[in-house]
Amino acid sequence: MTAEPNIFLILLVIIPLMAAPICVLTRNANVAWSISMAVAWAVLGIAIKLVMELSAHDKVLYYRIGGWDAPWGIEYALDKVGGLVILVVASIGALTLTYAKRSVEKEITSERIYLFYAMLMLCISGLLGIAITGDAFNLFVFMEISSLSSYVLISLGKDKRALTSAFNYLIMGTIGATFYIIGVGMMYMMTGTLNIADLSSILPAVADTRTILVALAFLTVGISLKLALFPLHMWLPGAYAFAPSVVTIFLAATATKVSLYVLIRIFFTMFGRIDVFETFPLQPVLFGMALAAMFIASLAAIWQQNIKRMLAYSSIAQVGYMVLGIAIATEAGLTGGIIHIFNHALIKGSMFMAVGAMAFGLGVTTINDMAGIGRRMPLVMAAFVVGGLGLIGIPLTVGFVSKWALVSAALDAEMWPLAALILLSSLLAVIYVWRVVEVAYMRPSPENAKQPVQVPFSMLAPMWVLALASVWFGANATFTMDLAHSAAGHLMEGF
Amino acid sequence: MFEIHAGLFNYWAAIALMMVGFYIVIAQGNLIKKIVGLNIFQVAVFVFYISMGKIDGGTAPILGEGIKVYSNPLPHVLILTAIVVGVATTALALALVVRINRSYGTIEEREIIEINHAADHDEDTRL
Amino acid sequence: MFTPETSMLLALLLPLVGGAFILLLGERNRNLREAATILTSLVLFTVVVGLTTDVMSGATPTLVMFDMVPGFAISFTAEPLGQIFALIASGLWIINSIYSIGYMRGNNEKNQTRFYLFFTIAISSAIGIAYAGNMLTLFVFYEVLTLSTYPLVTHSGKPAALAGGRMYLGILMATSIGLLFMGMMWTLSLTGTLEFTPGGILAGKAEGPLVGVLLFLYMFGIGKAALMPIHRWLPAAMVAPTPVSALLHAVAVVKAGVFSVVKVIVYIFGIDLLNSESSDNWLIYIAGYTIIAASIIALRQDNLKRRLAYSTVSQLSYVILAAAILAPISIVGAAFHIAAHAFGKITLFFAAGSIYTAAHKTEVSQLDGIGRRMPFTMAAFTIGAISMIGLPPTAGFISKWYILSGALETGQMFAIGVIIISTLLNAAYFLPIVYAAFFKPEVSPPKHPHGEAPLAIVIAISLTAIGTMALFFFPDIPLGLAQTLAQTAAGGN
Repeated sequence: MTAEPNIFLILLVIIPLMAAPICVLTRNANVAWSISMAVAWAVLGIAIKLVMELSAHDKVLYYRIGGWDAPWGIEYALDKVGGLVILVVASIGALTLTYAKRSVEKEITSERIYLFYAMLMLCISGLLGIAITGDAFNLFVFMEISSLSSYVLISLGKDKRALTSAFNYLIMGTIGATFYIIGVGMMYMMTGTLNIADLSSILPAVADTRTILVALAFLTVGISLKLALFPLHMWLPGAYAFAPSVVTIFLAATATKVSLYVLIRIFFTMFGRIDVFETFPLQPVLFGMALAAMFIASLAAIWQQNIKRMLAYSSIAQVGYMVLGIAIATEAGLTGGIIHIFNHALIKGSMFMAVGAMAFGLGVTTINDMAGIGRRMPLVMAAFVVGGLGLIGIPLTVGFVSKWALVSAALDAEMWPLAALILLSSLLAVIYVWRVVEVAYMRPSPENAKQPVQVPFSMLAPMWVLALASVWFGANATFTMDLAHSAAGHLMEGF
Repeated sequence: MFEIHAGLFNYWAAIALMMVGFYIVIAQGNLIKKIVGLNIFQVAVFVFYISMGKIDGGTAPILGEGIKVYSNPLPHVLILTAIVVGVATTALALALVVRINRSYGTIEEREIIEINHAADHDEDTRL
Repeated sequence: MFTPETSMLLALLLPLVGGAFILLLGERNRNLREAATILTSLVLFTVVVGLTTDVMSGATPTLVMFDMVPGFAISFTAEPLGQIFALIASGLWIINSIYSIGYMRGNNEKNQTRFYLFFTIAISSAIGIAYAGNMLTLFVFYEVLTLSTYPLVTHSGKPAALAGGRMYLGILMATSIGLLFMGMMWTLSLTGTLEFTPGGILAGKAEGPLVGVLLFLYMFGIGKAALMPIHRWLPAAMVAPTPVSALLHAVAVVKAGVFSVVKVIVYIFGIDLLNSESSDNWLIYIAGYTIIAASIIALRQDNLKRRLAYSTVSQLSYVILAAAILAPISIVGAAFHIAAHAFGKITLFFAAGSIYTAAHKTEVSQLDGIGRRMPFTMAAFTIGAISMIGLPPTAGFISKWYILSGALETGQMFAIGVIIISTLLNAAYFLPIVYAAFFKPEVSPPKHPHGEAPLAIVIAISLTAIGTMALFFFPDIPLGLAQTLAQTAAGGN
C-alpha cells in the first residue's frame, strides 16, 4: 500500500455527518438550511476534485482510518465507478438542497424542518460512505445510516400514507440489510477478512464451497431489496409517491443507484476474480428479473393516476435496464449499466423536480390535476417533457445514450432478443410519458382553475440545470461514456 | 453425519431463529408484532456472528500469562455495531407505529391497507 | 460567399434563428412574425441553392461536428440525393409559408405562433436529414422531425386531432425505436461504422438471410415511408390544418421517409450487395402491393384529403419500388420522383385547402361544378392530378419514364405490371374529380356564394402548379443530381 492517503476521501463523509447533529442543535429551519446548503456544495466541490484526480491519474485513491493498514484497519478506496457514484450523489445533493428551501417550507410542518435537514445530511453522508468505503462491514453501517435517515425523510410526507410507506420500507430495507450482513459474515467465515480488496484475492480459493454460494445468494437478494429490483420492489412506489417532493427527488436520483453500485461491487470486485456469471446461475435469474421489471413496471406505470407513483414505477423499470446491463457481464454491458446510473439520475431528478414545482404551484398530485398545465406553468412542464423524452430515449437526451450503450452491448454479446426487448419496453415509456403530455398540453384547464403560485427561481434553476444537463450529456456523451467505459474496464480487470 | 450436524448446532439455532422471525414479519398483521419478528430475525444474525468467533476452550482475547487459545474478537465487535443499528431501527419503527396509530387509529395491517386503498381510489377517480 | 461547409451549418441553423424571431415577435406583431417566416425561408433557399453547383460538380463537402457517443459524431455531408431533398424542402417551404398565411388567417386558427415555430423546427430537422453524413445523424433528425410535427398534427386540440396525433406519434415512434434503431445498432455491431459510404458498408459483412432481416428492419423502421401495413399514420394525420398536410406530404415528412429509404439502400446496403442477394426480393412485392392497394383504397374515399393521403401512400411506394429495382437508371427515377411527387402533391393539397377555405367543402361528391367558381384552384388541381397519373407535360411523367426504363432493363415484369395498373387506377380516382368540377352542373346553389380563395393561397397554388410543369420542361438540376447519385451508386466508390 504505497499510495498517498487522500484526506479528502474521509472529509467527504465526515463533513455531512458532522453537519447533521449541528443542524439538530440549531433548532432553526433557516440556519439548518444554510449549513446544509454550504455542506452540500462543499461536498460537491470535493467530489469534483476527487473525480478529476481519478481521471487524471489512472489509479485508486486511498485513505486508512486511524492510520491502520488494511486488512486490520478500515480502508477507504475510491475508483472510477465509485467516482461516478459520488459525483451523482454530490451533485444531486447540492441541487436538491438549493431546491429544497421553498419546497420544504410548503410541504413540511415548520417545527420539523431543521430535523429534515439533519436527516438529509445523514442520508447524503451514508450514500457517499457506501461509495468510498473499502470495507464490507463498514459498507453495511453506511447503508443503514442512509436507509434509516431515508425512512425518517419519507415519513415526513403530508399524506398519512407516507407513514405506512415508510414503515413498509423500513421492514423491507432492514431485511435487505440483514441479508447483506449474513452474506458478509459467511464470507468472513471462509476468508477471515472484511476488506473488499482482500476478499477479492482470497475468495477464489474458497469459491467452490457451498458457504460462498449461499453468501452470494444472500448478498444478491439483500441488495436487490434495497435497489427495488422486481419482484422486491413493493416498498418503492408508495415511498416515492408520498414522501415530500424533495425527498422523492433525492432518493429517486441517488438511493437505488448507490445500491446498484453495491451490487456491482459484489459481482465485479468482491467476486471479481471468480467468474460469477459462469460459476453460478446468476445470469438467467438477473435477466429474468430485469426484463420483468422493464415490462411489468412500465405497464404498471401506464395505469397510474398519481404522477409521482407513475414515475416511481418508471424508476423500477429503469433499475431493470441497469441490472440488465450488469448481467450481460461484458465490458460493454457494464458500461451501459453504469452510464444509465448517471443518466437516469439526471432524468428522474429533473422530472421529480418538475413534479415538485407543480405541487408547489398548483398542488398537483394526479395526472388529472395537470390538465392544461402546459400553458399555466410552461417552464416547469417543458422540463418535465425533456425528462420524459429522456425516459423514452429520444436522441439528444441522455436516455438515448443509455439505450445506445445497452443495445450495442446486447448485440455485441450476440443476444439480439435482449436488444429487441430493450427497445420494445422503451416503447411502453412512450405511452406513459405521452399520456401526461397530452393531458398537460391538450386538455383544457378546468373552468375554475387557480392561477399557479409563482415558482421561485431557487426551484426552477436546479430543475433546469438537470434538464439541460440531460440534453448536454445526451448530445455529447464523450465525457460520461469515457468515464463509464474506463470504470467498467477497471472492474472487469478486477480490483 | 450426526457429529457434523450436532457440532454445528449454533448455526441450526441461528437458522431456526431466523425463520421464526421472518415468519412473524410476514404473517403477523399487527405492526408491533412485525417489529418483534424483525428483532428476532436480527438477533438470529447476531447469534450467527458471535458463535462464529467462539473457539472451544478459548478465552477472551487478553494478552497474558498462559493464554494460548482465545476467541476471535472481531465478529463480536462487529455485532456490537449491528446491535446499535438494530436498536436504532427498532426505535424508529416504534416511533412510526405511534404516528401510524395516531393517523389511522389502528395498527392492524389489514385495516390500514383498507384505508389506504380507499384513499388511492379517491385520488384515482378525482377529476 | 460561404464555404460549402458553412452553408450546410447555416442551412441547419437558419430556420431555428427564424423560429426564435417568430417566438419573440409573437401574436402581437403578427405581420412582422409572418415576414420573419417568409424571409427565413427565402434566405434558407438561397443558401441551399448556393450549394447546388458544388454538389453537381461531384464535391461532397463534409462537416464533422462533435462526438455524440465516443467514436460516433454528428456529421453532415452534402451529396446529390440530400441536395435534391434539401432543395425541395427549402423551396417548397417558401410557397408553403405564403399559403400558410392565407390559410391560417382565413380560417382564424388559434396558436399561430406555436404553429410557425414548430414549422421552423420541422424544416430545420428536414435539412438535418438531407445533409446527414451518417446513420446516427439521420436518426437523430428523423426523431426530431417526428416530435416537432406532433404539435402541428394535433394543432386544433380537438379529440379527433388528439386521436390522430396518437396514431401519428405511436406508429412513427414504434417503428423508429423498435425497428430502425435496431437495424442501425445491428449494422453498427456488424460493421463498426455508420458512415454513409458509396457502395454501402454492409457488403462483405452481412450475407444471406441476414441481409433480408436488416432490410426489413430498415424499410419498416422508416415508418415515414409509409409502406403497408404501417401507413395508417398518414391518413390519421389528415386532421391537421392543410399547410401541415402539405408539410407532411410534400415538404418534409414523407419525403424524409423515402429519402431515408433510398439513402439506406444506396449508402448502407449498396445496390451491388442487394443485387447479389435474394433474401431482399420481398421489398419489391411489398412496394408493389402498397402501390396497388393504396390506390384501390383511394378510389373508395369520398373525403378529398383522405383520397389524397392514400394517393401519397401509393406514390411513396413508387420511390421504394424504384429503389428496389436496383438498376442505376431506376435510382434516377426514385430520386427524381421525390421531387416530382413533392410538387404535384403540394399542389393537390393546396387545392383541397383552398376549396375548404373558400367553399368549406371537404368531400369529393360536393365538388360538382366548382371549377367555374374557382378556376385557378381547379386548374392547378388538374395539373397536379396529371402529374400523379404520370402524363406529360408534368414532372410525374419523367420519373415514371425512368422507373419503367429501369424495370425494363432488369426485366422486372412485376414492377412493370404494377406501374401500368396503378397508372390506370390513378386516372380512375383523379379524373372524375376534374370532370365533375368543370363539366358537371352545380347541384344546388351553395349556401354561401363564394369565389376564389384568398390571394395568398391562389399565388401559392399557381406557383406549385407552374413548378410541376417547369420540372418537366427544365428537369436539368434535379435530374443532374439524380444522375450523379446513380453513378455513385453504380460505381461503388
